[in-house]
Amino acid sequence: MSTARRPSGRSRQWTSDRLLVWTLRGCGVLTGAVVALIAVFLVVESFGALSGVGLLRFFSDPSWHPSAGAAEGTFNLVPMLLGTLLTAAGAVLVATPLGLFSALFCRVYAPTAVARPYRRLIELLAGIPSVVYGFWGLVVLVPLIARFRPPGASLLAGVLILALMILPTIALAADAALSGVPRRYLRGAAALGLGRWATLSGVALPAARSGIATGVILAAGRALGETMAVLMVCGNVVEMPASVFDPVRTLTANIALEMAYAVGDHRSALFVSGLFLLVLVSGLVLAAESIERRKVVG
Amino acid sequence: MTRTILSLASLSLATLAALLLVTAGCRPASSSQSASRLVLTGSSTVAPLAAEIGKRFEASSGIRVDVQTGGSSRGLADARQGLADIGMASRALEAGEEDLASFTIARDGICVIVHRDNPVARLSDAQVVEIFTGRIADWGAVGGAPGPVTVVNKAEGRSTLELFLKHFGIDNRQVRASVVIGDNEQGIKTVAGQAGAVGYVSIGAAEHAAARGVPIKLLPMRSVAATTANVRGGRYPLARPLNLVTLGEPKEPARRFIDFARSEAVHDLVEDLSLVPALESLAAGEASRPSPTES
Repeated sequence: MSTARRPSGRSRQWTSDRLLVWTLRGCGVLTGAVVALIAVFLVVESFGALSGVGLLRFFSDPSWHPSAGAAEGTFNLVPMLLGTLLTAAGAVLVATPLGLFSALFCRVYAPTAVARPYRRLIELLAGIPSVVYGFWGLVVLVPLIARFRPPGASLLAGVLILALMILPTIALAADAALSGVPRRYLRGAAALGLGRWATLSGVALPAARSGIATGVILAAGRALGETMAVLMVCGNVVEMPASVFDPVRTLTANIALEMAYAVGDHRSALFVSGLFLLVLVSGLVLAAESIERRKVVG
Repeated sequence: MTRTILSLASLSLATLAALLLVTAGCRPASSSQSASRLVLTGSSTVAPLAAEIGKRFEASSGIRVDVQTGGSSRGLADARQGLADIGMASRALEAGEEDLASFTIARDGICVIVHRDNPVARLSDAQVVEIFTGRIADWGAVGGAPGPVTVVNKAEGRSTLELFLKHFGIDNRQVRASVVIGDNEQGIKTVAGQAGAVGYVSIGAAEHAAARGVPIKLLPMRSVAATTANVRGGRYPLARPLNLVTLGEPKEPARRFIDFARSEAVHDLVEDLSLVPALESLAAGEASRPSPTES
C-alpha cells in the first residue's frame, strides 16, 4: 500500500499510471481475499466438529469411524496426517535427484538434437492429468507390486506415482535455473581449468541453488495436494503404515472418498482434514521462506 | 484525506465483490421452483439409471433432469431439506425416516467377488465374516491356493458398505481391510488387478464387467448364484431396492418423473445396466409380455 508519494498537483489527476496502480491493488486485494475467505470458510465449516468433538480427539481417538456422529464416532486424523507427509516426502526424495540429474543431462551433457526433444518430453510429462497417472498406477503399478508383496496398493505405489508426477516440475525448474547461470561464471571456471563435473558441482549448481529449491518446494506442494492419483493407488486404509508395502490414506484422499457421502459431524470432520492440510501447506511455505532467507544471509 | 477515503472505498468494494463471488459459488444446488427442471441427488448406484431415465424423460416432456451423485445418505438429506426435488437411495427407508416417501424403480444385489484365477468357488457366510474381520488371512484356510488375502472394503458412508455389514452382522471397526475403495468400478479394477483380493460390489456392475472380460468371479451366496436372474426371482439373499425418495407425497413434475421411472417404458434401460426392474411393475409387465428375457 505504500507507493512513493508524488507531488500533490499531479497525484489528483486520473492518469493511466494511477489507473494501473488501482487496478493492480484491486487484483491484489481480490486474490488475498479469496485465500482469506477460503480459510474462514474452512474454519466455519469445521467449527461443528471442533466444538462437538474437540480438537484433542482428532489426535487421541482410537480410529477413524466418523459416520456414527460426534458422540459414538471416532475421529483420529493422525494416520492420515502421517500418510500425507510420508507420501509427499518420499516422492520428493525420489524425484529430486532424478529431476536434477535429468536437468543436468539435458542442459550440459546431451547434444542439442537430443536435448530439445527430451525437454519437450519432460514438458509433456508435466501436462498429463493426474487421473491418468492414477489409472496407470491402478492397472499397472499396483498389480506389479502386489506380485511381490500384496496388497500392492501401498505407500510405495503412492510415492512412485507422486514422484513421477512431480519429476517434471523439479526437472524443468532446475533446467531453467541452470540456464540462468551467467555465462561468465562458466567461462571463469573453464579458464581455471576445471573439469565438467567440477564446474557443475562447484559453480553452476550453487549459483542455481535458489531456483532449484523453489522447484522442489513447488513440487512438494503439488505432492501434498494431489488427490486423484493417490486415492487410486494408496489403498486408503486408515492405519499407521509399518512398512512401505502397507496401505495409507492421505488427507486429500480422505476428503475425496467421503465428502460426497458425509452428513453432519462426519462432513464437518472432513473440513477439519482440509484445515489440517491447509496448516501443513502453510508450514511448508514458511519453512521454505526461512530456508531461503538463511541461504541469502549465510 | 481523499486518498485514504478512496482507498478504503475501493478496498471494501473489492472485498464485497470477492464475498459475492464466493457466496455465489458456495450456494448448494437448490431445487428449482420452476416446473421445467428436476434435481436428483444421491446414491451412485441409482444415479446411472436415473440419468438414463432422465434423458428419455427430457425428450418426451421437455423438463430438464439434473442428476448428481453423492451417496444414499446425502440423497435422503437433500430430499428432506428441499435441496433436491428427488433423492436417490440404494436401500429401503429405515425407522425414523417416515417423513419421506420412497418409490422403488429397480432392484440390485450385492455379491462377493474374487479374481477369476482364484480356485475358491464358494464361501459360507461364516467364512466371509472371518475373512473380513481378519481371522482368516490366507486363502489356504478356505480351500484356495495358499497366499495372503487382500480385503477390499468400501469407504465410510456408502450404502453398499452398510448393507453388506448389516447382512453379515459385522461392525465396520472390526473389518481388517487392506484396501479401501470408493465406487463399484474402482472395486472391480482393484480385485481384477490381484489374484488374492476379495471385495463386494453391486451384482449389476460385476456381471457387466465380467461379461466384458474383466478377470473377476462372482461368488454364490448361501448357495444361490450371484446373477441378475436370481435377484429378479427374489432368491438372492443380499438384494436391495433402488429407490427414488421425496419429502411427503411427490409434487408435479416430480410425480410425473417417478411414474415414468416405474413404467414399462424404461425397462430396457434398467436391464441394460444389469439391474432388475421393480417387482410390482415386473408383475404387470409379464402379464402383457409372453417371453421375458429370463429363461
